[in-house]
Amino acid sequence: MSASTANSVVEPKPWARRLAGAAVVLYALITIVPLIWIFLTGFKTPPDSISYPPKVIFEPSLEGYVNLFTTRTRQTAEYMASLPPPENWVERLVRDRNMVIAGPSKFGERFLNSIIIGFGSTFLSVFLGTLAAYAFSRFKVPLKDDLMFFILSTRMMPPIAVAIPIFLMYRTLGLSDTHLGMILLYTAVNISLAVWLLKGFIDEIPKEYEEAALIDGYTRLQAFVKVVLPQAATGIAATAIFCLIFAWNEYAFALLLTSGTAQTAPPFIPTIIGEGGLDWPAVAAGATLFLIPIVVFTILLRKHLLRGITFGAVRK
Amino acid sequence: MAEVRLSGITKRFGEITAVDAMDLTVADGEFVVLLGPTGAGKTTTLRLVAGLEKADAGSVHIAGQDVTAASPTVRDVSFVFQQYSLYPHLTVYDNLAFPLRSPVRRTPEPEIRQRVTAIAEMLRIPHKLENKATQLSGGEMQRVAIGRALVRAPQIYLMDEPLSSLDAKLRAEMRIELKRIQKELGATLLYVTHDQIEAMTMANRIGVIDQGRLIQVGAPREIYEDPGNVYVATRLGQPAINLIPRDLIPAGSLPAGTETIGARTEHIRIQKVSAERAQGTVQWIEHLGDQNHLHVTVGERKITTLVEPDTELAVHDQVSLELIDPLCFDGAGERVRASG
Repeated sequence: MSASTANSVVEPKPWARRLAGAAVVLYALITIVPLIWIFLTGFKTPPDSISYPPKVIFEPSLEGYVNLFTTRTRQTAEYMASLPPPENWVERLVRDRNMVIAGPSKFGERFLNSIIIGFGSTFLSVFLGTLAAYAFSRFKVPLKDDLMFFILSTRMMPPIAVAIPIFLMYRTLGLSDTHLGMILLYTAVNISLAVWLLKGFIDEIPKEYEEAALIDGYTRLQAFVKVVLPQAATGIAATAIFCLIFAWNEYAFALLLTSGTAQTAPPFIPTIIGEGGLDWPAVAAGATLFLIPIVVFTILLRKHLLRGITFGAVRK
Repeated sequence: MAEVRLSGITKRFGEITAVDAMDLTVADGEFVVLLGPTGAGKTTTLRLVAGLEKADAGSVHIAGQDVTAASPTVRDVSFVFQQYSLYPHLTVYDNLAFPLRSPVRRTPEPEIRQRVTAIAEMLRIPHKLENKATQLSGGEMQRVAIGRALVRAPQIYLMDEPLSSLDAKLRAEMRIELKRIQKELGATLLYVTHDQIEAMTMANRIGVIDQGRLIQVGAPREIYEDPGNVYVATRLGQPAINLIPRDLIPAGSLPAGTETIGARTEHIRIQKVSAERAQGTVQWIEHLGDQNHLHVTVGERKITTLVEPDTELAVHDQVSLELIDPLCFDGAGERVRASG
């Protein structure tokens, strides 16, 4: 018997492979079609976006993106006629609808808020989670199992179930509609996931490495930084992605607790109102742009992510 | 380099006493080998010296200073772990340089380069310096682990079965090399093994250890020739010492209280004789290459001894046996010596 067959599973039958392949393709299509639709809608004109039957072939337009980043006012035909010729393509696009640009929209700010709060809470969750997981993994912590269970139990109900107490608490503490408040909230929700995930990763790192580092003249903290962190990088990256995805996509708390200064993009995007209802191309453009950071972040860390998800299933 | 003194050091893990009130002094520049089977407490003893375990009782002195409560970082010892424990995210070079780059003994990079290169030469791994530590064979990993200890000059080198995963040839070379380095540096070295050849060839003194207790300490020849009890006698000698009841084989006059006789090759005379004078039968001759083991049955007992490769004895030969000054033990396994 050759070595390669020792731990390989039975090869699937050709028809089974084809069936599995078809299932994967079908699933990918189902998940990706809404994304493609949003992406396309972002390049439609408002009339195209609500036409029935839906238009698959259309003349692309940047009107959605222009509307996303600007606020506009409708003017009378006389006023429009009195204006000097448009200076650039953006103005021309707006004037075609008998409107002029009144100023920038709030999308840029909201997007920045999302970045600050999303990445801030991810950093804090992973930072605290790594330290806590290391402590739980390596030291004799009194009531360790109970504490771990307690940490897990914070995820046993949907966070929104405690929305009202948190709303009242935040109002009293002055944390409503602040970046700090949102960072703390998302960190609190994510930290249990971070501790549990990271503890699994750190448990897998033999403690002999730290012992070797201690003997080589490093303190416990230096050994942690020099020896444990590099080996936990995969787990940290995977955990960071999970935390970021939650904080980035969170809608309910953001809607409830933020309204101005600290409002993130998710509650803002659906409120982009055009004339006679929602401005669908602008909403779609906002959603498309909103996807980009998380896609980039995930691609950057994807090789860690795959190993992170399958971790523990495959022993080296 | 310094003297290391263990006094009454004790370590328990729950119900088990891994190291039991051990007293041991490793003199400055001395090579001491702890010899014992798996689970005897050898590794725990090393870890106590290093500070990786906290002693339940007793004390550790390094260079006259009580370091019983000190952290490993400040004890200035180096340790070769049995499982190598090379940092997997670093190259071989960075692994070897790691102790020299520690904050407590910052070394200039040119000096690090020079020392790492020298150690790599000595351990015959200079072509592997740029490899990741995980891209090495077991033997190479073990050499890097040894190198990481030798790259600096600590108070004491602690080595936990450092040669266990090398092949026989390399192990023999490394034994000589380690001994040479130790002599050259005048290094204090506490070495743990279950391999009697390593103990015999390298040690200034051997400490035979069993169930956390130090049974006997002495020079290799002393431990081999003059064991204090049956346990120590069985730890050394290849083939293992033959333990036989008295009166099985003529042995001249024996000290009072002798119950068991320990006979090694050098205590046994074997002659081919005719069937009526024979006590035993040759059952098998094993040619191991470097040794030839002769298996003889005497009644129910089997005796194993060495013979010359060109021995005239053959299987089924009838032989007589005689013991010359064998080791004598009482019923409890303690040594009994001829008085006077």
